[in-house]
Amino acid sequence: MSDSIKGPKTSRRQFLTGAASVGAGALAAGSANAAGDPLITEVQDWASGFGAGVDEVPYGLPIEFESDVIRRNVPWLTADAISSINFTPIHALDGTITPQGCAFERHHSGSIEMRKQDYRLMINGLVDTPLVFSYDDLVRFPRENHTYFCECAANTGMEWAGAQLNGAQFTHGMIHNMEYSGVSLRTILQEAGLDAAGDLKDKWVYVEGADASSNGRSIPMEKALDDCLVAFTANGEALRQEHGYPVRLVVPGWEGNMWIKWIRRIEVTDAPVESREETSKYTDTQENGISRKWTWAMDAKSVVTSPSPQAPIKHGPGPLVITGLAWSGHGAIKRVDVSIDGGKNWQEARLAAPGEKMALSRFYLDIDWDGSEMFLQSRAMDETGYVQPTKTQLRDVRGLNSIYHNNCIQTWWVKSTGEAENVEVS
Amino acid sequence: MSKSLNLYIGGAVATAVALTFAANFADRNVSQVPEKPAVMSAGASNPDMLFIAAANAAPEHVGVFGLGRVALPEEVHAWDLDISPDGTGLPAGEGSVLDGEELFSENCAICHGEFAEGVDNWPKLAGGDDTLADDDPLKTVGSYWPYLSTTFDYVRRSMPFGNAQSLTDDEVYAIVAYILYSNYLVEEEFVLSSDNFLDVEMPNAEGFIVDNRDEAEYALWTGEPCMSDCKDSVEITMRAAVLDVTPDETLAGQQDEDDDANDHDGADDDAMDTLSEETETATESASFDAELAAKGEKVFKKCKACHQVGDDAKNRTGPQLNDLLGRTAGSADGFKYSKTFTELGSSGTVWNDETLAAFLANPKAFAKGTKMSFAGLKKENDVQAVTEYLKSFSD
Repeated sequence: MSDSIKGPKTSRRQFLTGAASVGAGALAAGSANAAGDPLITEVQDWASGFGAGVDEVPYGLPIEFESDVIRRNVPWLTADAISSINFTPIHALDGTITPQGCAFERHHSGSIEMRKQDYRLMINGLVDTPLVFSYDDLVRFPRENHTYFCECAANTGMEWAGAQLNGAQFTHGMIHNMEYSGVSLRTILQEAGLDAAGDLKDKWVYVEGADASSNGRSIPMEKALDDCLVAFTANGEALRQEHGYPVRLVVPGWEGNMWIKWIRRIEVTDAPVESREETSKYTDTQENGISRKWTWAMDAKSVVTSPSPQAPIKHGPGPLVITGLAWSGHGAIKRVDVSIDGGKNWQEARLAAPGEKMALSRFYLDIDWDGSEMFLQSRAMDETGYVQPTKTQLRDVRGLNSIYHNNCIQTWWVKSTGEAENVEVS
Repeated sequence: MSKSLNLYIGGAVATAVALTFAANFADRNVSQVPEKPAVMSAGASNPDMLFIAAANAAPEHVGVFGLGRVALPEEVHAWDLDISPDGTGLPAGEGSVLDGEELFSENCAICHGEFAEGVDNWPKLAGGDDTLADDDPLKTVGSYWPYLSTTFDYVRRSMPFGNAQSLTDDEVYAIVAYILYSNYLVEEEFVLSSDNFLDVEMPNAEGFIVDNRDEAEYALWTGEPCMSDCKDSVEITMRAAVLDVTPDETLAGQQDEDDDANDHDGADDDAMDTLSEETETATESASFDAELAAKGEKVFKKCKACHQVGDDAKNRTGPQLNDLLGRTAGSADGFKYSKTFTELGSSGTVWNDETLAAFLANPKAFAKGTKMSFAGLKKENDVQAVTEYLKSFSD
């Protein structure tokens, strides 16, 4: 193996140390030596003395042994961390809910610190009465709970031209999935009254944040009245600062840039504002130089999260759990297929639960691995019948110059050692 | 088949339907949220509600729930700053290319370059004509942005980076005029104003189409997919390992086994370690306040976009700040200073508590013409804290 392979080098070290300890444990547990496994035959400290008392940690953090399950950044991607993005460690998570503490961050002018008492939400423009709400006002409206994924349109964007970053966290980690509580945007619009807007069919709402970037996006009225949520909590607790505390907008199934954090203003307009983020960014230049705009919905997509480059197989041949995530901005995931031979043959994976609209689905494929190399792929299908395309199919339509909306099928080359690498295959 | 994406564009579904249909998630086994709870049906005739409205001394707001208050015109004026392609929202004013050149140099060039050509990874604002169909298109205001309103709106609300909303409307006009000039779209004598704003033609105005994925893609990729013998061979055509650009995870949090197992929070802990070491060495002089320095570390977040400290600190947008206390102004090796700073240095200005406090409180007053766009620290406590923090990186 070459020393120039940086990603796998880390994995290999993990792999070797991991394999050594697991191997020893497996030996002891599997074929107990004469003296037996000391973890069983000898009284351990934890079985004899005290553990930590209550209140030792008033707000709990993951145990130190999980300290590598953290967000990570790719420094060369952006000019500066103030206006940048990091990645959710999806390779190390299971289930579908993303803990807030390791859910990816994307800031345009840094994550601001705002107290609830300093929060104001204004609604103006083509409304009957322009209004201002305090945080205390907002929590008096009827509330809803929904679980939705939030995916940055640039997720997998670095992979357009070829396999580049070695790990599911880096290739697919601009995503999180949380259960939100909040007030529907429709309720707030109706509170201000929409008679003044006349025919709502061609109207828009412009939403903007309170931070210095003033990130703002235009959303067609139909979406605004459909399922958008003005959210205060995620996964049962207040939003984290980095996700827009105290209030953010949730725009189910649509690109993360529209999920305005620290939302301070909603303006009803008769045309899109065509702000910086919806013209110079978040538009998709095709091969002929013409660019698509208003590409809001995130198409169906999936990825195997384990095994993967950061989550190699450590246990050798035998029972192996292949698992991953699937999602669609057009509705619920209906089916996920997995291939272990690079897309020659496919088998249907098991969904841990029936798919939910605009939320992550967890899939599993339990196999008896024979120890030979695999080219692992997954392929999502959503309720519209749409099937996740290959990278070649996407490039045939869009060319090579796109950045956003890369929902191609991902390939992990899992070697007989159990290590995995991000590759493209024919 | 119509996708949800296309509903708005197609206009096939009347919005009135969406309104009355209200909650399209009603089919998700949740009970529908009341549009207006029974208890509120008394509305504004409820004496308590009237009392609240009167107590706020604001115009009456009835609404569905009677929550919130009427936004005052001054408040809407303060926040409703967005500008649309048709000129809606554009303020009165004007600015010339020549004024813009100077303003751009002072406020923008540190990231975007003197000629809007971009520095390091920061955005290039000029150039890239006719590159959009090339393999590596260069997207700038001139080559890509379809509306001039977007440039004005963004500069006025979001720039300069770290000091947003500090420019007057006339200054914004001038800077936008200079950006147009740097893209060869106007002449040197040009003055941009609210009167001629809509006359400026943007080269890529016709370069956009509305999302057509439903026609161009969805039909191709819908239906029962192949399950077996879908291709003859599978060959590796590209490997991520060859590029070798993946961040090394050991830096992010995975410690070697002999590392302190509790040290699991990467960079912050490193900074704190440095602090505590400094604390130990500094106790002898008794002039170093570790607690204050820790506060300063937080304040320094505002500076971090441009300045580095600690091991491996390099000059970036601003000079590196190790050993700043006692350093002659304008003397960091390899940093290209403004004329002002070079002059400050040759006149013998040295950074100490006093000079640093004066500079940080009002950078442009202390050093007229500095390239640092930061507006300054308003609180004296913040100035002291960040100075103390910087001392922890000074010998």
